[in-house]
Amino acid sequence: MTAVLAAHDLRYGDRVAGVSFTIGAGETLVLLGRSGSGKTTTLKLINRLLEPTGGQVVVAGERTATIDPTRLRRRIGYVIQEVGLFPHFTVAANVGLVPRLEHWGAERIAVRVRELLTLVGLEPDRFAERYPHQLSGGQRQRVGVARALAADPPLLLLDEPFGALDPITRVEMQREFRGLQARLGKAMAFVTHDVREGLLLATRIGLLEAGRLAFLGTPDEFRASDLPEVRKFLEAA
Amino acid sequence: MLLRQHVYLIAVSTGIALAVGLPLGVLVTRRPAWRRPVLGLANVFQTVPSLALFGLLIPVFGIGAWTAITALVVYALLPIVRNTYAGITGVDPAVRDAGRGMGMTDTELLRMVELPLAAGVILAGVRVAVVVSVGVATIAAAIGAGGLGVYIFRGVATVDNTLILAGAVPAALLALLADGLLGLAERKLVWRPR
Repeated sequence: MTAVLAAHDLRYGDRVAGVSFTIGAGETLVLLGRSGSGKTTTLKLINRLLEPTGGQVVVAGERTATIDPTRLRRRIGYVIQEVGLFPHFTVAANVGLVPRLEHWGAERIAVRVRELLTLVGLEPDRFAERYPHQLSGGQRQRVGVARALAADPPLLLLDEPFGALDPITRVEMQREFRGLQARLGKAMAFVTHDVREGLLLATRIGLLEAGRLAFLGTPDEFRASDLPEVRKFLEAA
Repeated sequence: MLLRQHVYLIAVSTGIALAVGLPLGVLVTRRPAWRRPVLGLANVFQTVPSLALFGLLIPVFGIGAWTAITALVVYALLPIVRNTYAGITGVDPAVRDAGRGMGMTDTELLRMVELPLAAGVILAGVRVAVVVSVGVATIAAAIGAGGLGVYIFRGVATVDNTLILAGAVPAALLALLADGLLGLAERKLVWRPR
């Protein structure tokens, strides 16, 4: 199986100091780490919101350095903690944004938007014409996920997508997210500092410490590891 | 007639100030290093007394409407540039990040996200510019550009209060009317949470 995403010796100043991993279709790599360990920076190096100072990233067989950043980003779904929904767009317009940038026809966008809202558990007839401020935190985050999936990208980057939610909504979203993972078969890079969330959602876990991967392996290997960095995290959970 | 001249001076000068100030304000958000010099210069212009500015421009543009319009543009520039800059930099960084991260080009981000969200602040700057212009434009009469100031200067010269008021009252009403119309436009055009 070829990897959807491969990062080789990725570097960004001293914030990311040589990180390598691959993610295949249907896999979720959870990047776990404390604040400032380089998780978010690593994600931004993948979609070139930051330019790597060393190493390379290959997405679907193409080196990202050779792709126009705008084109690259339209092929990668991106979800952030603050969601970043456009407050002056309806839910439908938010979800249909990338298709609109890609000049899909109105009909096709409308169909796609309904399909996505249904997928993330929002009834299209009730929610499509609402504005983000009329939604709860959990609903906003669902719209954020739907928006990231709009153009059917093979790869999703998720930066603490559930970080700002209350504990109950958070657990609910995690459970639904597992369902989505199984159904969609996307490659995902998921950043979190929550070990329990990481263990629940990961196919593999990468533990970042000071810009390096201190550990990379399956959740079972993570639980069994006696690396001090890993133990520290497990004990905190 | 003089009222029409007055409105003409303001309409033309505001139009030019918008055409120059809006792109300049956007440019400053893209080139942070230019912020201080551009806003600083606009600030300095603002501090030059209006009568002096009209006088200083006469050698360049001669006597008449174009000198007045140039001076009015100079005054209107600061609120427009500053509010464009403030409005765009005031957009939630998460929204901008999300837009970039989803593959919006800079132009798309500006057109679809930043300008619509900044429109309220920008229009507030335009309102300030217009109201100030209505007042400053009365002084244009001193350099032969016409407008309601003609009554005022004539009234001052002949110590005739009625004549002064014949210029001052319509000018004040004009300022209120312009402010009201722009306020209406703001409510119609600007997005806000309902």
